[in-house]
Amino acid sequence: MTKKTKLLLGGGLIVAALAYLINSGIREAAVYYMTPSELKAKGDAVSDRSLRVGGMVVPGSLHWEPQTLKLTFRLTDGKEEVAVEHTGSPPDLFKEGAGAVVEGRCVSGGTFQSSMIMAKHSEEYKSPEKGGASAEHIHQTLVQPQRTQ
Amino acid sequence: MIATLGRFSLWLALAVAVYGAFASFLGARRGRPALIESGQGAVVSIFGLSSFAVLLMEAGLVGHDFSIEYVARNGSLDTPLFYTIIALWGALEGSILLWVWLLALMTLLTVIFERKRQRELIPYVTTVLLCIAAFFLFLVVFPASPFTTIFPAPADGRGPNPLLQNHPLMAVHPPGLYAGYVGWSIPYAFGMAALITGRLGEAWIRTVRRWSIASWGFLTVGIIVGGRWSYEVLGWGGYWAWDPVENASLLPWLTGTAFLHTIMIQERRKMLKFWNVALVIITFALTIFGTFLTRSGILSSVHAFSDSAVGPLFLAFIGVILFLSFSLLVYRSDRLQAEGDLDSLVSRESAFLVNNLLLLGFAFAVLLGTLFPLLSEAVRGVKVSVGEPFFNTVNVPIGLGLIFLMAVGPLIAWRHASVESLRRTFAGPLCLSTVGTGICWFLGVRGLYPLLAFGLSLLTAITVFQEFARGAMVRRRNTGEGYLTALSKLTSRGRRRYGGLIVHLGVAFIVIGITASSIFKLEQEVTLKPGESLQLGRYQVRFDELSAWQEPHRFVVQGNFTIFNSNQKVAEMRPAKRFYPAEQQPIGTVDVRSTMREDLYLVLSSFAKDGTSATVKALVRPLMMWIWVGGWVMVLGSLIAIWPDRRRAVAADVVEEYVAWQPGRS
Repeated sequence: MTKKTKLLLGGGLIVAALAYLINSGIREAAVYYMTPSELKAKGDAVSDRSLRVGGMVVPGSLHWEPQTLKLTFRLTDGKEEVAVEHTGSPPDLFKEGAGAVVEGRCVSGGTFQSSMIMAKHSEEYKSPEKGGASAEHIHQTLVQPQRTQ
Repeated sequence: MIATLGRFSLWLALAVAVYGAFASFLGARRGRPALIESGQGAVVSIFGLSSFAVLLMEAGLVGHDFSIEYVARNGSLDTPLFYTIIALWGALEGSILLWVWLLALMTLLTVIFERKRQRELIPYVTTVLLCIAAFFLFLVVFPASPFTTIFPAPADGRGPNPLLQNHPLMAVHPPGLYAGYVGWSIPYAFGMAALITGRLGEAWIRTVRRWSIASWGFLTVGIIVGGRWSYEVLGWGGYWAWDPVENASLLPWLTGTAFLHTIMIQERRKMLKFWNVALVIITFALTIFGTFLTRSGILSSVHAFSDSAVGPLFLAFIGVILFLSFSLLVYRSDRLQAEGDLDSLVSRESAFLVNNLLLLGFAFAVLLGTLFPLLSEAVRGVKVSVGEPFFNTVNVPIGLGLIFLMAVGPLIAWRHASVESLRRTFAGPLCLSTVGTGICWFLGVRGLYPLLAFGLSLLTAITVFQEFARGAMVRRRNTGEGYLTALSKLTSRGRRRYGGLIVHLGVAFIVIGITASSIFKLEQEVTLKPGESLQLGRYQVRFDELSAWQEPHRFVVQGNFTIFNSNQKVAEMRPAKRFYPAEQQPIGTVDVRSTMREDLYLVLSSFAKDGTSATVKALVRPLMMWIWVGGWVMVLGSLIAIWPDRRRAVAADVVEEYVAWQPGRS
């Protein structure tokens, strides 16, 4: 074997190993995104899969028990609702009426067992409450700035 | 007034950049020195104009001129001065302004330092850098103007995002990353100039060496400090989440690392010429891609700032860069033939080749994992993401391979390493690191990957120490100097080599920190009444009481905890929640007690409003501090590697260069 063949062979082996790693990584780690409606429609067909479900936290559905750290709430996309159970304290920025994405699996009875909650962060956050109406005014101005030249 | 002046200076800078790019190019094509000098004058003017714009923006922020929309959105009367000043890079428009300024500064430095040494290349370098500057100036003049005004001006602004005014590291993380991103424009511009002129020898490589190491160092600082910020502010106990924006900063770091290694092969052996130009193009394109990911909001991320019109522009810019650069590269490929050849498979060269393959594989996997949701939606119509498990499955083995190469690569001979030399170099370190790995096993480390991570990091550290010790011994024997003198003289005579070894040592520290803090992590979350405790590892954490008070710009609720270690009081810790008026939800403030041995990390997750209970999350992360220490060791190594040679600094031509430099004229 010439040096060049050996080199190509070695390089080929490394590339093949990388391809194998990437392929098995994707198989192991794939997480499917769904809306509550899609989840309801699929039913038990997705019970063994890792899922991410995104929606709005239904006002009035959020319950948290500090002693057991049991957090339950419902997520909606406007059409369907999914009941979610989670162990741990609610993250900052997580609240009723706000958007959230949960990661986990469907368990029996259509409940979603969440292992992670991602609340929506944003640089462009809500209007300031300080100063009441004038603050609201700032926000309005900022949403639709009147550009002056 | 400020806004008008600011808009005007940016407009002018844009016009000057476009003019300068043409002037430099035409001057070089037609051999007209006056035009080339005029192009260099443009560089000076753009630096002046963009500095003026930055000062105006700061004046607007510090002077609370809320008629400027950016100030109204990112400043407020109650925000402390420090956070008011750094609000310059708190949002899109200001950070692009900072970007422009950094680019103008680095272009100016390039022209000053390389003008005489690289007479043939510098006009084209100027052209390329001015084109890049023109793109970013276009952004701040049109779609992302920081000087847009609102009328009527509000009485007070909203203040910066609370997450950005919670930690002083915000003063270092974005500018460090930007300096790293912007810095890669310079090696790229030299690569392009070399392609345009066809002067594809080793001259451009030697010139960009220092610029590349500096940019790489800045990127390293930005990434490490970003990890630390995430650890100390976001309150999840981790430092790296494989978040799209974090990945975006890692990508150019990986390809840049590959570039720093292969330029050594080109300098020594005149090989890999094509590959080096390709790498510098890819690295530069990835820096722009990083900004695009941060700013376009196409992927959800903690950093996903507002959607804005700049996204498609960035994408178009990346397309143009890749198309033009690679066309030029293919056009010049006949001049990029290797003059040397690989002599043996057991040599420094082949270690570097494998290192490149692994670094690029690592980068490819990170890119694929980051873009996977977009790709799968485009190809299969389903939204699928791959999270942390993907990155760990793929990148941990690649990373271990890289650490192995880091330990052996620098010590293998160029061209061909004999079995005898390998034995002489590696027998000692291998024995020692095997013993070390055995000790790790006795201390309770199990599993192939963790044991390999510790063993290979130890091997790296030992070979680095051996290299320093051997060199210093030889020097001492030959010159009769003391141990310390010999060591420092040794380092200063081979700054690049020894700086590089110190960087490797820093990486070994980081790997040890990452491994130990992940496999021995302890975590507990409980709700406690005043006086109750939780037990975690060696620590007993007692909740004493809640306290609360109003500060000018926020309301604070703090949990007071006393920490005992086998009934000895060791510390008081005060994690808190801060309520900013602009934010409807509180921002947690972590308290971390760091020692070289381990970190104790407390988060106040929740509390009863009447003060009767608090929910606390506690983590113990062993050897966590070694990650940050390793980061600073890496920075130290980079500094040693780029420190100028005294002999060269006083060389006549360089002195002349300083004296003769008169902006716009000489």
